Amino acid sequence: MKLGSKHTTLLVLAVIIIVAPFFFPSSYYFRVGSLIFINGLAVTGIVILTGYAGQVSLGHAGFAGIGAYACALAPVYLGVHPGLALIIGALLSGAIAFLVGRPILRLKGYYLGVASLGFGILVAMLLTNEAQITGGPDGIRVADLGIRGLLREMGFRVKGSELWYVLTGICLLIGAWLALNLHDSPTGRALRALHGSEVAARTVGVDVARLKLQAFVISAVFASVSGSLLALQNRFITPEVAGFLHSVEMVTMAVLGGVGSVLGAIFGAAILTTLPQVLTVFAEYEYAVLGLVMMLVMIFLRDGLLPSLAKLIKGREQ
Amino acid sequence: MSLLQVDGLGIEFGGLKAVDNVGFKVEPGEIVSVIGPNGAGKTTLFNMISGIYLPKAGRVTLAGQDVTGMEPHLLARLGLSRTFQNLQIFQHMSVLENVVAGFHLEESGNVLSDLFALPGSRKRARTVRAKAEVLLARVGLERAAGAEAGSLSYGALKRLEIARALALSPKILLLDEPAAGCNAVETEEIDELIAEVAKSGVAILLVEHDMKLVMRISNHIVVLDHGEKIAEGDPETVSRNPDVIAAYLGTAAAQESEHA
Repeated sequence: MKLGSKHTTLLVLAVIIIVAPFFFPSSYYFRVGSLIFINGLAVTGIVILTGYAGQVSLGHAGFAGIGAYACALAPVYLGVHPGLALIIGALLSGAIAFLVGRPILRLKGYYLGVASLGFGILVAMLLTNEAQITGGPDGIRVADLGIRGLLREMGFRVKGSELWYVLTGICLLIGAWLALNLHDSPTGRALRALHGSEVAARTVGVDVARLKLQAFVISAVFASVSGSLLALQNRFITPEVAGFLHSVEMVTMAVLGGVGSVLGAIFGAAILTTLPQVLTVFAEYEYAVLGLVMMLVMIFLRDGLLPSLAKLIKGREQ
Repeated sequence: MSLLQVDGLGIEFGGLKAVDNVGFKVEPGEIVSVIGPNGAGKTTLFNMISGIYLPKAGRVTLAGQDVTGMEPHLLARLGLSRTFQNLQIFQHMSVLENVVAGFHLEESGNVLSDLFALPGSRKRARTVRAKAEVLLARVGLERAAGAEAGSLSYGALKRLEIARALALSPKILLLDEPAAGCNAVETEEIDELIAEVAKSGVAILLVEHDMKLVMRISNHIVVLDHGEKIAEGDPETVSRNPDVIAAYLGTAAAQESEHA
């Protein structure tokens, strides 16, 4: 199996999404599944920014926060449908990413990391402190997307968890398709080129500042939609969605699974979403074990879990 | 009007004049070499011409247009292309993709069209791919097209950089030590390639340490020492210039050659 191949990746993803439910003993698994897909979508955005373009953001949860609260607030204050609120949130995130990205993307490496971290904290603080609008640290209710009701009127009875499993699964597939299209496109090639050598990319005519900004905006929209889906699924959201931990989680999932490949990063999202549930057998040492796993993967499988495993299998075949 | 004209170009790093008042001209199809001992300011000169460093003094004129301090990606649009002394390859890309990336100005379009893989984007990528294959064959790397760039030998990477630079269809190509670290066979291959590119009408500005190569292929040579131009002329004249001999072999050798 070639990891880079677009159709293979999409096929593998689609098969897993369709087949997995046959092994689900309870609706709880559907919930975990959709959480994986939601995280996977955000992480796919990180692949574009970090894996393709080589730029690090530690503030992308800020955009997830904007997407989530757009779904909570726009229906209340603007009277729009929650589905439209998701699109408003995505447009808003894209616009803010455009404005914020311009100055901070001139920075490199950890300077960029810290600047983006500042942005994430700013959004989280705003959502926490403007309590009369956002509900503050206790969170806020989110309106119903209404699809389940619509289906019921048409005579289909589906469980909420199953419906969201399908919806988020479709969103992840679309997101992965977009990211894979980008990879082999002129824009994706220019992004990977500036990742490899910024100075050489400039000399072949790549407008580095513009391309980095494009990657930043696209990945912000991915994070925003992921935040919106989380809000709409849970029907409730707290400022934690924009918090520092969530930003770090996104980057960790991507890097652990393999930030250079869409499938790898989604695999990382799956591992880090399910592992805490599995590791509950370690009781209070749960997070210690999680930390240890992360360290070991980075030390021994630096390209990330999936690419490293693929290389290992390929090496054995030859 | 010359294709490239450099007048009184200068830059300082922390008060030290790395390049001072250097000027010369390059005509279409001509091979002009810049030589000089280590630290003479050759690469610094290149970096100013190609827009990577902002010169403190002087002017760079490309086809009659003042391009002093213009950004590299804009210079690329005007037909100025370059390679690097320390290889700047796009690692983690295939050999072919490195060259395809060189066609950026030709293939890039709308980012949304790329995201949704619209037919326009795919068609542009396909056309460019075919052209990149031709270029790879021209530098003799067609069989390595699918290999990861990082796996190539040093000499092959040097040629890959030239292929990528040629993808721009440049009017002028700046080559920074294209034969450095290459063995005799590889040097000869690069020698042939440079001559062939120049014959197709592309002006070439060359920094090179390999004197034999420089003397063999250059139409015109500019000699730098301590950031200043100490001599200029055809290979014959330059190789007999006492200042040049002194700069390269030390003053004692120059005196010796005078006595002889």
